[in-house]
Amino acid sequence: MSAVSVEEVRRVAELANLELTAEEEPRMQHDLNAILDYIAQLSEVDTTDVEPMAQVGAMLGASTDFDGAALRADEVRASIDRRAVMAAAPESDGRFFKVPKVIER
Amino acid sequence: MTMVTIEAAKAAVKAGSATELAERHYDLIAAEDGPNGKGINSFLALSRERALAQAARVDSGEVTGPLAGVPIGIKDVLTMVGSPATAGSKILEGYRPPYDATAVTKLEAAGAVLLGKLNCDEFAMGSSNENSAYGPVKNPRALERVPGGSSGGSAAAVAAGFAAATLGTDTGGSIRQPAAFCGVVGVLPTYGRVSRYGLIAFASSLDRVGPFTANVADAATMLSVLAGKDPLDATSADRPVDDYVGALAKPVAGLRIGVPEEYFGEGLDDDIRAAIERVLDRLQAQGCELVKVSMPHTKYGIPAYYVLATAEASSNLSRFDGVRFGLRSKESTTLSSMYRKTREEGFGPEVKRRILLGTYALSAGYYDAYYRKAQQIRTLVTRDFLQAYEKCDVMIGPVTPTPPFKLGEKTDDPLQMYLADVYSVAASLAGICGMSVPCGTTRDGLPIGVQVMGPHFGESTMLRVGLAVEAMQERAV
Repeated sequence: MSAVSVEEVRRVAELANLELTAEEEPRMQHDLNAILDYIAQLSEVDTTDVEPMAQVGAMLGASTDFDGAALRADEVRASIDRRAVMAAAPESDGRFFKVPKVIER
Repeated sequence: MTMVTIEAAKAAVKAGSATELAERHYDLIAAEDGPNGKGINSFLALSRERALAQAARVDSGEVTGPLAGVPIGIKDVLTMVGSPATAGSKILEGYRPPYDATAVTKLEAAGAVLLGKLNCDEFAMGSSNENSAYGPVKNPRALERVPGGSSGGSAAAVAAGFAAATLGTDTGGSIRQPAAFCGVVGVLPTYGRVSRYGLIAFASSLDRVGPFTANVADAATMLSVLAGKDPLDATSADRPVDDYVGALAKPVAGLRIGVPEEYFGEGLDDDIRAAIERVLDRLQAQGCELVKVSMPHTKYGIPAYYVLATAEASSNLSRFDGVRFGLRSKESTTLSSMYRKTREEGFGPEVKRRILLGTYALSAGYYDAYYRKAQQIRTLVTRDFLQAYEKCDVMIGPVTPTPPFKLGEKTDDPLQMYLADVYSVAASLAGICGMSVPCGTTRDGLPIGVQVMGPHFGESTMLRVGLAVEAMQERAV
């Protein structure tokens, strides 16, 4: 696979909501290419007809519950006090999270 | 420097009080952990008020249990009301979580006195504890060397005797590797065995919570407190919990010990190889049968792991955006620049590197070549284990290819750092249980750990073998 360009690093950073400094960009480009070179050895392995594995549960025979049979009873329970949650926010009016304006004009 | 066992801590509580014991531990931490002592830097925050309140409940007889009065530390990726939860990151500086992790709740219900929060690599990403935004941890057994990571503070705190036991987390080796580097016992429970409610997630299909202790019996005690189904964690397994402490009484004679050839190849330190071979010889002498096994996909464990773990991290860490907790950049006037600048200021270089790698692996055009491929390799790695366990009861191998390295030795080369996990990631991918047990030192006096790997939910047999390994060290001394 071709090497990652600095433009691609910028594009991926944008996808990830990261803002890299001018010093970080070449360093990240170098590291990503070194790591991807190493990861390229995965292509040596023939994985024809091998199921992808997201986590171990499925392989151990744990049934995937698509019909909701294993969900807990739908009963009202106490949850964490909203005031405690809002108190941890950088900016809040006590009921809502406050953020800078979303639409620029 | 003396390690404190759970038995010794409980004897101290009986002879004096839980309050006195907690104060003694705080005195020791004040004298040795900070820059005026040895600068080990294992604790990020002390929870004195909560600890002393619990100690008073133990002293009054209100709280009893297998850990009554035992001083325990918590890795700072788990939430604990009244204490900060930083995950070793600037982006969570000042955050105080409003709820307890289930593991924290369970320890306290069993009588534990929780001393505080322990240093770790940022978001548990690292193998040396040098990625912490709050400074590296020093290895108490060799102060110029790393304690391993990411649970470096948890391993160091037990090695230094600051706590009788600690909680760590292991995603690719983060309990077993620091346990080996610091000469303590560390257990990676089977995926689903211990609740992760209240754990700040790194890679959810791999993250596990487990204990560090001074000996194997204490690890069994800790695991018996921690294990079990938790309605607050849908991935916790609804299976009965074995009697881990009782299982230790059974002899190991007759057990089949698998020796995976791929764990003894090139790159393994000579002293570590010799120490593991000595363990195998003695187990054989005690009536164990050594069985050669092969796990041919072992070498693909690291590359598959660094695709899957970073992909999951890129998703999990998207919640750190300056809105709900921790840091918010003051430099921004719009929402999107606030996200970006907060994450730029708040994340360290390794976290950014992994978010970028994971985002890349999941992005259009690369998903099949990287992410799906790595998931398929994960299937093959797991099949290797399932097939090996048809021929043996547990497997034994090294935990790490080298003894603890020097601070700063690998910080410039992320790939070299990743390779420190070469013997630990496969067990992480497969979801099996594993542990590191001290088995001597190198000729330079650095700790060596041996890895005992059990099948899924095979903790009892694994701990039994761990105990036999520990007992043979004591006899050799």
